Amino acid sequence: MHLYEIPLIFVLVGLALYVVLGGADFGAGFWQLLAGRGRMGERIRDHAHEAMAPVWEANHVWLIFVLTVTWTAYPGAFAAIASTLSIPLFVAAVGIIMRGASYALRAGAATAGERRRVDLAFALSSVLTPFALGTVVGAIAARRVPVGNAAGHLFSSWLNPTAIMVGVLAVAMSAYLAAVFMAGDARRVHAAGGCDDDLVAALRARALAAGAISGAVAVAGLVVLHGNAHFLYARLLEGGALAAVTVSALAGLATLELVRRSRFELARYGAALAVAAVIAGWALAQRPLLLEGLTVQQAAAPHDTLVLVVVAVLGGAAILFPSLALLFRLVLAGRLDHGPGDGDAARPLAATASVLAASRAGLLGRAAAACLLTGFGFLTVAEAGWAHAIGIVALLAFLPCGFLAVAPAQLADLEREQRAGGAGER
Amino acid sequence: MTAAHQAYLLQARQMQALSFAVHIPLVCFGIAFPAMVLFAESLYLRTGDVLYRTLARRWTRIMAALFAVGVITGTILSFEMGLLWPQFTSTFGSVFGLGFAIEGFSFFMEAIFIGIYVYGWDRLSPRAHFLSGVPIVISGMTGSLMVIAVNAWMNHPTGFTLVGGQATDVHPLKALFDNSFLWPELTHMYIAGYIVAGFLVAGAYAIGRLRGKWGRYERTALAIPLTIAALASPVQVLVGDWAARDVAAQQPIKLAALEGLARTTKGAPEHLLGWYSGEKVEYGVEIPKLLSLLAYHDPNATVAGLDTVPTDRQPPVNVVRIAFQAMVGIGTLLALLGVWLLAVRIRRKRLPESPWFYRAVALAGPAALVALIAGWVTTEVGRQPWVVYRVMLTSQAVTGAGGIVVGYATLALVYLGVACATAWILRRLARAPMDEHEDEPPPLSPATATAP
Repeated sequence: MHLYEIPLIFVLVGLALYVVLGGADFGAGFWQLLAGRGRMGERIRDHAHEAMAPVWEANHVWLIFVLTVTWTAYPGAFAAIASTLSIPLFVAAVGIIMRGASYALRAGAATAGERRRVDLAFALSSVLTPFALGTVVGAIAARRVPVGNAAGHLFSSWLNPTAIMVGVLAVAMSAYLAAVFMAGDARRVHAAGGCDDDLVAALRARALAAGAISGAVAVAGLVVLHGNAHFLYARLLEGGALAAVTVSALAGLATLELVRRSRFELARYGAALAVAAVIAGWALAQRPLLLEGLTVQQAAAPHDTLVLVVVAVLGGAAILFPSLALLFRLVLAGRLDHGPGDGDAARPLAATASVLAASRAGLLGRAAAACLLTGFGFLTVAEAGWAHAIGIVALLAFLPCGFLAVAPAQLADLEREQRAGGAGER
Repeated sequence: MTAAHQAYLLQARQMQALSFAVHIPLVCFGIAFPAMVLFAESLYLRTGDVLYRTLARRWTRIMAALFAVGVITGTILSFEMGLLWPQFTSTFGSVFGLGFAIEGFSFFMEAIFIGIYVYGWDRLSPRAHFLSGVPIVISGMTGSLMVIAVNAWMNHPTGFTLVGGQATDVHPLKALFDNSFLWPELTHMYIAGYIVAGFLVAGAYAIGRLRGKWGRYERTALAIPLTIAALASPVQVLVGDWAARDVAAQQPIKLAALEGLARTTKGAPEHLLGWYSGEKVEYGVEIPKLLSLLAYHDPNATVAGLDTVPTDRQPPVNVVRIAFQAMVGIGTLLALLGVWLLAVRIRRKRLPESPWFYRAVALAGPAALVALIAGWVTTEVGRQPWVVYRVMLTSQAVTGAGGIVVGYATLALVYLGVACATAWILRRLARAPMDEHEDEPPPLSPATATAP
């Protein structure tokens, strides 16, 4: 293991997490598209939305993570990929816009008709985006991205059998992951008395179908690789890559069996393992090349940058993973569900109305004025760098001091006292 | 540079400018709105007054909607780093990229805790819910630090040596943080976030007051953001002056463009308004020696003119100058409006009563937005023709892929749709009836006993 490979491992881990977590998110949109019209259709669409709404933003950030670490640690490769594959990336970007906007919009949609229209936009973009991102991965794997500024073909680089196959596989796996996740989530809601059993059954059936189709696409994919990208096919079926592919296949089969037995929680981990193993297999098959004619070592940023990326990612992960664990624990425990509260409702800590004492407000006001004067003197009049530092700190201190001195809530109430009994009182 | 590159360059720049102009107002809400919501919630926790809870909950919904739109418009910007400017990223990704990588973690924290905060109302204990909002405020701060660090580096590049078109001897920490440009620019933007979000939110309730909606709820909802904006805008004048002195020291050509100063001048005058003809500012109001005084604290200081570089190394003067004057003019008016509020607060101990004040507040939100975008035009167009100041031309950074105009048109259409959708959702959220379930006092709450 070399230093120049470590950021790539981070990227691949991020990619696997994005495929698993973000994929479930895309797949939820896929099932909205196929949900149909009736009552069950509406319930599936509502459930797809509610299961994902608290987590989609966090899931989405894995993509940002992959992008930023790639362009920092392997800038030349990033530029080659983004410029040659600008069309699928742009399509994915438009899809991401539509999906995010749909989440914002659904919060305000009042009628079933409005919700259906929002869901349609959401669903279409949820299929488009993983397909486009899948073709990007496929194009890289098929060695269609040469080094340089838009050096590859704008269309045939990603509109070839291998890339399209990976795009389709991405959609199928997203659908599968989503169905497993939603089925588990529906059963949890069902156990809490929030929905009836047929929603769980409907989602389980979808999970089984999508799992079978994903497996079929994966097998068909090997045939496509055999004809279209034989070098990759050959490398996939030897050494560590073969082991990874085998693990993936076994995990996939085991997951199907778990879904059949309605063991959704375990099935999710199995599906995640299958996905991670595919990505590992791809990476091993391609090693040491990052792009055609560009090894990972050649693509890597200078030593200092790599060290700092590794430090930043490890440090970030130390904050990130506990936070993510908190979010998912709350979601999986149903603590962030819709509907009425569960008795742990927010209750104020103190019931007594506390009004700022006049003397305290006066003190704060004088402190704010002193900060403002200090800031003006040191930042605006003085020249030295250290003086500016003092000045800016004083000005920044002025803001909270001034805010507390103004006491906006009290200000709003003072007016009430002066115009006691005024119109428009709540 | 090939001819094809040149043809794409203007489209690529416009597409980037559009993406940026759409995203940056949402950034302001990302920076400032969580703090306002948390303040309202803290009032509820301290006083038990349900009014503050209602306010915090209604603002939470708006915050969530705007955050969702901000997530996607921000994602587009990161795509464009590769889609539009692959040569920039390819050459310097190892220098500045770390800033975005760390920003990614900020974004993660923001997304995680906004999920918890938005969906955790009524579900978490009051203290836990309040605390879950704190990381949103902090990550808004660290996120802007990282992004501005990259922009400051583009304006004042350090921390690398360019050998044969490759960045070598790279020191990302030095490039990002050991940079005199960073601190004025960061403070300027961070405060701008509070001004823009503060005046826009207050403006909505000011319009309500002009239409006769003026209960205690509306007054509180106006007073919180308005107080923030009123305090921040005078401070911004001082911070802006600091930033301008830094520009004078580090980017003399940008300063010359801001002021339309054709030739290097000792005791340079300042011109208000007017038009730069290529030789001098026409029809402007001239104030002798003011530019030298402001930029160097010396009325007889020499200020470098545009003639110190060839014409093809000068930014488009009128664009930059008009944007700068718009920002300074609006900023000054906003500061005066802030002083108006503070003066009435101190002398009369109440909110102003003049309808003209509320008309001004209603206009102040959009005006602050214009000033914000004008400020970014000033710094970004003012840096042209360089993408990395005096190191890489923007024309060297642009993609070789064709069809930018198609992408640009598509993105413009999509953003138009997003803008309409956002306006719709905000109106819908504002109209939502006040007495929904969520706004009722929770059962057994002590507040029910003390409420009037």
